[in-house]
Amino acid sequence: MRETRYVKAINEALLEEMARDERVFIVGEDVGFGGGAFSATRDLLQRFGERRVRDTPISEAAIVGIATGAAMRGLRPVAEIMFADFLTLSMDQIVNQLAKVRYMFGGTYRMPVVIRAACGGGLNAGPQHSQSLEAWFAHVPGLEVVMPATPHDAKGLLKSAIRDDNPVLFLEHKALYASKGDVPEEEYLVPIGEADVKRTGKDVTIVTASRMVHHSLEAAAALAAEGIDAEVIDLRTISPLDKDAILRSVQKTSRLVVAHEAVKAFGFGAEIVAMICEELPASIRPRVARVGAPFAPVPFAQEKQYLPSAADVVQAVKRVMVS
Amino acid sequence: MTERADELLAILASMVRVRRVEERLSELFTQGKIPGFIHVSIGQEAVPAGVCSCLERDDAVLTTHRGHGHAVAKGIDLKRFMAEIFGRRTGFCKGRSGSMHVADPTAGVMGANGIVGGGLPIALGTALASQYRGEKTVTVCFFGDGASNEGTFHESLNIAALWSLPVLFCCENNDWAQFTPQSRYMKVEGVARRADSYGMPGVSVDGSDVLAVRRAAAEAVARARRGEGPTLLECKVRRWFGHYVGDPQKYRPADDVKAAKALDPIERLVSRLAGSNALGTDGMQAIESRIQAEIDAAVAFAAESPPADPADLHRDVYA
Repeated sequence: MRETRYVKAINEALLEEMARDERVFIVGEDVGFGGGAFSATRDLLQRFGERRVRDTPISEAAIVGIATGAAMRGLRPVAEIMFADFLTLSMDQIVNQLAKVRYMFGGTYRMPVVIRAACGGGLNAGPQHSQSLEAWFAHVPGLEVVMPATPHDAKGLLKSAIRDDNPVLFLEHKALYASKGDVPEEEYLVPIGEADVKRTGKDVTIVTASRMVHHSLEAAAALAAEGIDAEVIDLRTISPLDKDAILRSVQKTSRLVVAHEAVKAFGFGAEIVAMICEELPASIRPRVARVGAPFAPVPFAQEKQYLPSAADVVQAVKRVMVS
Repeated sequence: MTERADELLAILASMVRVRRVEERLSELFTQGKIPGFIHVSIGQEAVPAGVCSCLERDDAVLTTHRGHGHAVAKGIDLKRFMAEIFGRRTGFCKGRSGSMHVADPTAGVMGANGIVGGGLPIALGTALASQYRGEKTVTVCFFGDGASNEGTFHESLNIAALWSLPVLFCCENNDWAQFTPQSRYMKVEGVARRADSYGMPGVSVDGSDVLAVRRAAAEAVARARRGEGPTLLECKVRRWFGHYVGDPQKYRPADDVKAAKALDPIERLVSRLAGSNALGTDGMQAIESRIQAEIDAAVAFAAESPPADPADLHRDVYA
């Protein structure tokens, strides 16, 4: 093991998969000579050349279309959409094209496309550069949505995403790029669709993803000091959802808090709460709470007050601990 | 470029096949045998026939909601094509797609698109794959004049020129964007001149003259195969019928329809051939009866095929 930054782990995953498979190439804005707006593609141009690390004009629809068409002809593109907010500019290409090609054309095509994008707040980037839009994409059949929280998971999941034959939306949290964590020296993969219990506990289940994993672990540590033993489940993949991991834990604790950075209303928390209500045995009536951002755009100067925090998770846990 | 007699006959047969397929589709649709809605390109056959006569089987074609002609001229299997439009499990897409999304990648028919302008960015990707692997295959992206006002048109032509991608952007300019005439949605006359903005050749041809279409397409395809980049080819065509089958066209002056029907690409080629003996004595009749038999067989296959499988609706969402 060695300590590695989240952004470096992503860079390593790209480098290893490009070295492994000639069909893998990178396409996006400033990914080549610029090395990536967040340095995720640093030095890849020097290593692999302009054929495989392709700078594009500022044309997000075209970036996704390039990836879609190339995959239809057997390549394995990794597209970068710099900020997840800019995915809106490629929405038709993602939702009506990429996500539907396989199904709509009778299962003929395999669509090994990864779209990487930086999501979330924390850098005071304001309303158009800070959103968490994962629920939109999780609502679209045909897409997989991945949100790693640690350097270890970011690397292992990105390698899996590149080898996956389905379109994967890979949402990297921009406030985590500089974070450090243990990453093995040897090669490994983290499977898509498998949640990870980041902390075991018996009193309450906290289901979360991306940066909120860290706030949830901080909350769990604070709660432990008060005698509350929280289990923290890092989904890692939003779609497909690891229902079993959630159900197993809530069957044990009977208390569920879902914490995400996205606006609370209509977020993935709503889906998870509905899912456990439908699928848990009738004998278990779990107490539930959600943590999410207010129903407002991400503000610039008031971002700290806006974003859900460890304290919000602590409060939500205390609400479900009553009775 | 001079076409041999067999080439001329093949081009004529291709136009006739497209026309008769769409006439049959209109008839079947009107009889209620085809669900959903369909868009026909009757009167515009010179474009698919002319362009596809320059292509090889492994060249890629992307088409639109008005795309039967491109698929048929590219050589799609008529039986499975018809079965798809009928919504049968033997269709190319297992009945999930219908008229607007027929695809057969083995014939280079990458997929028809129901989103106006949606295919242009994808054409960059299929063309990039050819360039990436050093293959000589080209991509033809068909779209209408209406699509040239989508943002994807601008993004795609810019990148195709910048990267010298082997694409032929083929605009079928039929003067209508659904119910709206061109004078109401474009300030400039025609689409081809827009090519200048992207640094690629823009060529405009009479789209009901199949040989003019073929010659312009041949040049663009050759240029793409040589690695010299894309071309924007505008084919000025006339839409004989409405936006969809059954469209009463209340928005359209009767004179416009009459003028459109005066330009029949099939008749034009036939009268051109009349002077030579390329067609022979029963040439046209032979073509017609052969195509009639092909279509009859395709319709019979579709009609006799089992309906789309309800259990199948869950399959192929993911690989």
